Amino acid sequence: MGEKWNKGLLGWIDARFPLSKMWYEHLAEYYAPKNFNFWYYFGSLALLILVMQIFTGIWLTMNYKPDAELAFNSVEYIMRDVNWGWLIRYMHSTGASLFFVVVYLHMFRGLIYGSFKKPRELIWIFGMIIYVALMAESFMGYLLPWGQMSYWGAQVIISLFGAIPGIGESLALWIRGDFVIADATLNRFFAFHVIAVPIVLLALVVLHILALHEVGSSNPDGVDIKKHKDENGIPLDGIPFHPYYSVKDIVGVAVFLIIFSLIVFFAPEMGGWFLERDNFIPADPLKTPEHIVPLWYFTPFYAILRAVPDKFLGVVAMGAAIFVMFLLPWLDRSPVRSIRYRGGIYKVAIGVFVVSFIALGYLGTQPATEIMTWYARGFSVLYFGFFVSLLIIPRFEKTKPVPDRVTS
Amino acid sequence: MKKYLVIASLALAPASVLAAVGHGVELDKANIDPTNKQSLQRGARIFVNYCLSCHSAALMRYERIGNDLGVDEKLVSENLMFTGGKVGELMTVATAADDAKEWFGTVPPDLTVIARARGVDWLYSYMRSFYRDDERHIGTNNLVFPDVGMPNVLWELQGIQEAVLTTEKNHDGVEHKAVKLELTEPGLETPKEFDRTVRDLVNFLDYMGEPAKYERRQLGTKVILFLLVFLVLAILLKKEYWKDIH
Repeated sequence: MGEKWNKGLLGWIDARFPLSKMWYEHLAEYYAPKNFNFWYYFGSLALLILVMQIFTGIWLTMNYKPDAELAFNSVEYIMRDVNWGWLIRYMHSTGASLFFVVVYLHMFRGLIYGSFKKPRELIWIFGMIIYVALMAESFMGYLLPWGQMSYWGAQVIISLFGAIPGIGESLALWIRGDFVIADATLNRFFAFHVIAVPIVLLALVVLHILALHEVGSSNPDGVDIKKHKDENGIPLDGIPFHPYYSVKDIVGVAVFLIIFSLIVFFAPEMGGWFLERDNFIPADPLKTPEHIVPLWYFTPFYAILRAVPDKFLGVVAMGAAIFVMFLLPWLDRSPVRSIRYRGGIYKVAIGVFVVSFIALGYLGTQPATEIMTWYARGFSVLYFGFFVSLLIIPRFEKTKPVPDRVTS
Repeated sequence: MKKYLVIASLALAPASVLAAVGHGVELDKANIDPTNKQSLQRGARIFVNYCLSCHSAALMRYERIGNDLGVDEKLVSENLMFTGGKVGELMTVATAADDAKEWFGTVPPDLTVIARARGVDWLYSYMRSFYRDDERHIGTNNLVFPDVGMPNVLWELQGIQEAVLTTEKNHDGVEHKAVKLELTEPGLETPKEFDRTVRDLVNFLDYMGEPAKYERRQLGTKVILFLLVFLVLAILLKKEYWKDIH
């Protein structure tokens, strides 16, 4: 394909590096199904946010000081004395929360349209590793402002490692580098947040996209567009990613940026959900806040943790809640991919899962009173019950016939 | 001052309501106006006169206040800086932390971002809820922040309030105990004037918590307008490309 452009500078480069080849393989001649709907915007949006986080992060690093004595003040210095510092900081803090919004919607798309099924299991696995890396990235980033919630949130989460029998306490000590969260912890979290995890994330995103382009994108009908090709070997229901989806994704980007800007410019704290009030008080190891809440995107798992009376088993349950998602391609063995052609019972199961995930998310933000804990237990059972039900549902589910070609 | 701060009794109020109001005290609305520069200027004056001798605002520069509130450099150094220094300096205090700890039992917190931590309604209610309490060594207590180490620094303006225990009926007609504050010795300002003074102070604290807030909103409107135009163009571009896809 590179031969089309084999003159001039591009030809010179193509003879030495597969520039045109990559352009064609991944954009101009990557054929995507023509029936992508609303749910297919979130992949490109996640990539946009990743790039935005990296750039705002680099500029924040220019003035941030990873030192327990200086960190809190350096953030306020950025907010006041650095030109456009407030904008860069709010873009980064808003971007972090919206990253999770977008990633959750992207994962939900994969769930309802069966995008994780054969032959796309590895795409799902890479995606899940990205999700876990993203949780690590945001957890460590949240310590950096060195406010009360940064400090005590990290204290609570790291103490969870202490629940592991035998090695727990030494493991927690090893992670912190001190007996409590301290300067040593801040410094190493900074190193992980700005170097280690971002490199891993970028590499995983490349793997995620390479795996996707190897097998091709699925679609809301869950049919294989490669079954019907024209005389040139181009799928009849496929259209080149560029320009069709590149221009379509720009519309998604515009809508996203409007929502993003509404938050950045008019509600950067988002009522305490994106920037918590207690985080405007400098970290104080001697004063525990009345109510320690993790960031909203962790609260479903936090609720599961608290629902289990035993601390170690709670940690196990929380880990299992994340790990079970990795298994999705092997739990749901129905040959029908898309929710459009699956039975009513499957739709009910998806509904129950969504409700329990959101309910757990809410419960994770509330004080663990007895009644709330019982609710959390109930929804935890439903959360895991969904994954178990996937094993059973295909046996008696009445699916609808899947069309041969995509519907428009 | 017409002022009721209700301490809902645990037996009668559901736990969720208590959690919502914090310490079981209902907060008054501060109703600040961040665009009112005169209010912010008055607030700045109250702040440096009554707060800045013990509390610092060590992340804020005098100069920035002048620029943002429309006060020139000379007026800033004459009216806001009592100990000299350059206008570009941070608003630190001379009180040593050890002394402060001995006098108040705790080091007075830095107030630069206090409005973002506490919220304006809390600050507005707190500053107006001091009452005489002879059992404490500082002679005062506070309904919003019980047993706080800080005395009523605005007493000469406000006068002296005393706590009176009363019985009230709530919306459902259930009786419960409440503490009402009554002004027993008037101060230099009438209750209405004093409310305004506190409102100005809280307005200033809110400004100081995020000096870029005004600029942020102004820029935001322009950015959103640009993005709306961009959205329309993006939709038209998409339609143009997609018209041959069926």
